[in-house]
Amino acid sequence: MQLIVFVLASAMMLVGALGVVTRRNPVHAALSLVLTLFGVAVHFVALEAYFLAAVQIIVYAGAIVVLFLFVIMLLGVDKAEDLQTEPLIAQRWLAGVAGLGLLGLLVIAVSRGSELLTTRAEGLDTSVAGATGDANIQQLARSVFGDYVVAFELTSVLLVVAVVGTVMLARRRVPGEM
Amino acid sequence: MLALDPMLDGGVLWTPFLIVVLKVLVIFVVGLVATMLMVWFERKVIAGMQNRIGPNKAGPFGILQTLADGIKLFFKEDLLPRRSDRFVFALAPFLSFVPAFLSFAIIPLGGDFRDGNNGIVTWFGVQTRVQLADPHIGVLFALAVSSIAVYGIMLAGWSSGSKYPLLGSVRASAQMVSYEAALGLSLASVILVSGTMSTSGIVSAQSSLTDWHVVATGVVPFIIFMIAATAELNRPPFDLVEAEQELVGGFNTEYSSIRFALFYLAEFMNTVTMSAMIVTLFFGGPQPISINGVTLDIPFIPNGLEGTVWLLAKVSVFLYIYVWFRASLPRLRYDQLMDLGWKLLIPASLGWFILLAAQRLARNEGWNIFVTTAGAVVVLGACYALMQAAFAVSGKTREREGAQF
Repeated sequence: MQLIVFVLASAMMLVGALGVVTRRNPVHAALSLVLTLFGVAVHFVALEAYFLAAVQIIVYAGAIVVLFLFVIMLLGVDKAEDLQTEPLIAQRWLAGVAGLGLLGLLVIAVSRGSELLTTRAEGLDTSVAGATGDANIQQLARSVFGDYVVAFELTSVLLVVAVVGTVMLARRRVPGEM
Repeated sequence: MLALDPMLDGGVLWTPFLIVVLKVLVIFVVGLVATMLMVWFERKVIAGMQNRIGPNKAGPFGILQTLADGIKLFFKEDLLPRRSDRFVFALAPFLSFVPAFLSFAIIPLGGDFRDGNNGIVTWFGVQTRVQLADPHIGVLFALAVSSIAVYGIMLAGWSSGSKYPLLGSVRASAQMVSYEAALGLSLASVILVSGTMSTSGIVSAQSSLTDWHVVATGVVPFIIFMIAATAELNRPPFDLVEAEQELVGGFNTEYSSIRFALFYLAEFMNTVTMSAMIVTLFFGGPQPISINGVTLDIPFIPNGLEGTVWLLAKVSVFLYIYVWFRASLPRLRYDQLMDLGWKLLIPASLGWFILLAAQRLARNEGWNIFVTTAGAVVVLGACYALMQAAFAVSGKTREREGAQF
């Protein structure tokens, strides 16, 4: 059963990921991205991380991709892109190198860490999980708002700075002021 | 017991499996019938409020009118606009229809929650709940499903390849994403008070009238939730999505036949689901009305079944309120809609949540609750003043730069 779910969810993710890259229409690409995100959510559910699965759908599928689609519709760029133009010189070539490098790093990390992940599982604190139904959420809340509260707050500050910066960049300057 | 293993998983027996299948079937049928009745109910009540008769030909009181309409829609021609995006055009109605059903899965539809019972009933020797699924993340599931529902409307408008539907769907997505924030924040107050996210846990926490979350959280989260839910449903006075005077028919202009019927069904289905959600979150779901240990008991009906009766009664009240809204409130202008959502509902729900959290903390730590509340109110007042100052400044800037935009 676990294997079937894993294979199906992974197939969803891979088909979606390929679709994002290969579909010419931006709206279709965005929909493929939603498929990938759903595959990730299914994986989370299979790993009994229900909270993460729900948040994955609410935040990524429900807000971020909707925003992508909104921008695509509002700007009317939903025509197929011309793939011959290259905005940055040697962009594709560099992207290929970076992709291959990332793949290599991932393979090395997984192959070196496989023993750690399967046998000892040191990094995961499993003491709370499974105690009660809400243990998953409680554990998450304790680490986000307790152990790592400074990092959490700093991240939110970073987001606010990003929003303010975007507004400043997007606002048209009035001549003679500012 | 049959020898086959239904889930290929070992340990899952046939009886629980069949019970789940039965629940799915019942929810599907009940959902469709409820939607059918809701369409009739809305037309009939609105007709009454406008001094008309309303549907009265098909069946007693015209109750079969929806069925007749549905059969007619089935046999109409299914048009596909030439400039439409075929696949997405066909997909969109289902993206809108399926989420409408999904959120019904987590609503407790009955069961005995009184006197500390947790709503578990025994069917065919198996202990189960009168709800399809009771995930620990409960209400988050509802939020996730409602965030998926945006796609149906959004893609319907885009894939039609025509201007008015596109305008309608752009409006819809902006509106639904904005109000989802207010919806989630008012929900957070309920979770804070009940201490759990699962819907059955939330119902169990509301055993007497003063424990009902509409009272326990102060009325504010309920009002915000109600307004935000109406906006999520795209119902009047927030139906800018299909403002027929401006946008022909909004996002579903190009749809006909059964695809249109799916959108129509989804809209009313969502209304029923959202009413059930409001009842579950704020009005105790299947709990009877009970004050100071005196419970209003319906005689001759077993307690487990009585929950369903109570739920139906409460949901009908909210369905009536939704129809009432539609009959009496004029549609908002788009900027008013956005102002209401972003400048009033989101700050108000956030502020109220902070106030409740402060009181909760004071109770846990043994601080003086009045002093803490007063402190929180002072802080929130300062925040409110800051926000008003920001609005004033931005308003002035906008007036000065008005010509530029």
